[in-house]
Amino acid sequence: MPDRRRAPKSKYTLDRDIPGAFEGETITRRRLMVGAANGAGGVAAAAFTLPALAFALAPVFKTQNMPWQAVGPPSDFPNDNYVVRVITLLQGIGEAGKSIAYVRTRNSSLDTEPEDQYNRWIALSSRCAHLGCPVRWVDAAERFICPCHGGVYNIRGQVAGGPPVRPLDRFYTRLNSATGMVEIGPRYSVNTEFQRFSPRDPAEPIDGVGQYLYPARWSTNSLPK
Amino acid sequence: MPRLPAPPLPKILQPKPKRPGEPQDVGALSPVEGALTATDWIDERTSLSPTVRWLFFRKVPRGTNWAYTLGSATLFAFLSQAVTGVFLAMYYRPDVAGGAYESIRNINDNVFAGQLVHGMHKWGASVMIILIFLHMGRVFFYGAYKYPRELTWVIGVVLLILTLVMGFSGYLLPFDQRSYWATIVGVNINGTGPFIGPFLSDFLRGGPEFGATTLSRFYSIHMLLVPGAMIALIGVHLYLVSKLGTTAPPWLKPDHEDPVLELDQAEV
Repeated sequence: MPDRRRAPKSKYTLDRDIPGAFEGETITRRRLMVGAANGAGGVAAAAFTLPALAFALAPVFKTQNMPWQAVGPPSDFPNDNYVVRVITLLQGIGEAGKSIAYVRTRNSSLDTEPEDQYNRWIALSSRCAHLGCPVRWVDAAERFICPCHGGVYNIRGQVAGGPPVRPLDRFYTRLNSATGMVEIGPRYSVNTEFQRFSPRDPAEPIDGVGQYLYPARWSTNSLPK
Repeated sequence: MPRLPAPPLPKILQPKPKRPGEPQDVGALSPVEGALTATDWIDERTSLSPTVRWLFFRKVPRGTNWAYTLGSATLFAFLSQAVTGVFLAMYYRPDVAGGAYESIRNINDNVFAGQLVHGMHKWGASVMIILIFLHMGRVFFYGAYKYPRELTWVIGVVLLILTLVMGFSGYLLPFDQRSYWATIVGVNINGTGPFIGPFLSDFLRGGPEFGATTLSRFYSIHMLLVPGAMIALIGVHLYLVSKLGTTAPPWLKPDHEDPVLELDQAEV
């Protein structure tokens, strides 16, 4: 029975009957040139593609800090109703960078989450936890109501009806002892037990497995600076 | 030199052939004398006429009907969007702090025919989406996506997705209340994709909040990134259509029976 296996090819070009081969040469000049040309082209393309790509992706990795901003003296804020305050989320872009916060004083008969230095005033973000439309506080109904898809929240920001996946987001608040003003800081998200999470986008549930499906982003801070 | 076929003129308009005995006109434009018309001059240097003939003077199957024009209609919708878009960009400013909205208002209120061009771009976007789905439905129900045209179908689906991206990114540009909130909702829907959704939203917005770079990002995607990709893919799509030809409608039977098929059936 003839041996059908081919003898393994020699690594030397000289042994493979390649015209113009040199003693000890393992790669043909044609292959070397093709490899060099492709490699040089690849390096040249990478030299402009990679920086441009990094340039476009940079905001995903850059942390944006929201500065503390004063919203008024403590006497402005009742503990059974909300006061609207305009806050600046992003500087320098006019109206588009502004948002509103609903602020009230913490009410221990209402707010069951533990009190600390950051929640002596309750400041709720107006963005609906469904898809980010602006909710409106309807005084008579004592509900936040979203105009887009009918999300409804109670006075604590808990979902009372409709499609939202978690309570309304909150802002850290503090009293600036130097100026005597209540200040609003970065936004944070809460789950249904009012545990704090770094700010998530709307539509991302953070109860149970949700906090792992929708991880914290590099672009946001979890704690005020 | 090969010449393009004469256009199908009605009989009356066609030049009468010379009667025998009349002096034959051996004019300066005879192909023997060389290329003297402008098209011949270009053709001699580019050899484009075989390509043009290959692209436009194709044989089409029996039964070809008006539904086969939906692809061309979509192409013209795209061209309309491209042309009106280029000229809208001459007046548009992607400025978040009020400039974008004001520039659109200026286009609509002050620029000559601005409302018309803006309107063509705005309504043409919907027309293009509708035409794409009609074209897709024609291809699907005629079975024209089958071998060997699968790649044409796949590229068409990618083009559909890119068109939807164009619709989404273009919706923000007028920067009025509707486009602002619709884009916030859209980006948040995008964020519901598990694991990568939140990061993709950051990429789209250019940060954790809807901000100054969001509009310029969307503008760049809308007028440079996606149109470039679409033009390239439309080129491949059309090349494949021309290369593979179109299909006959599925209700047409072949003119003559296939002897091989008959033989197979006889043996069974």
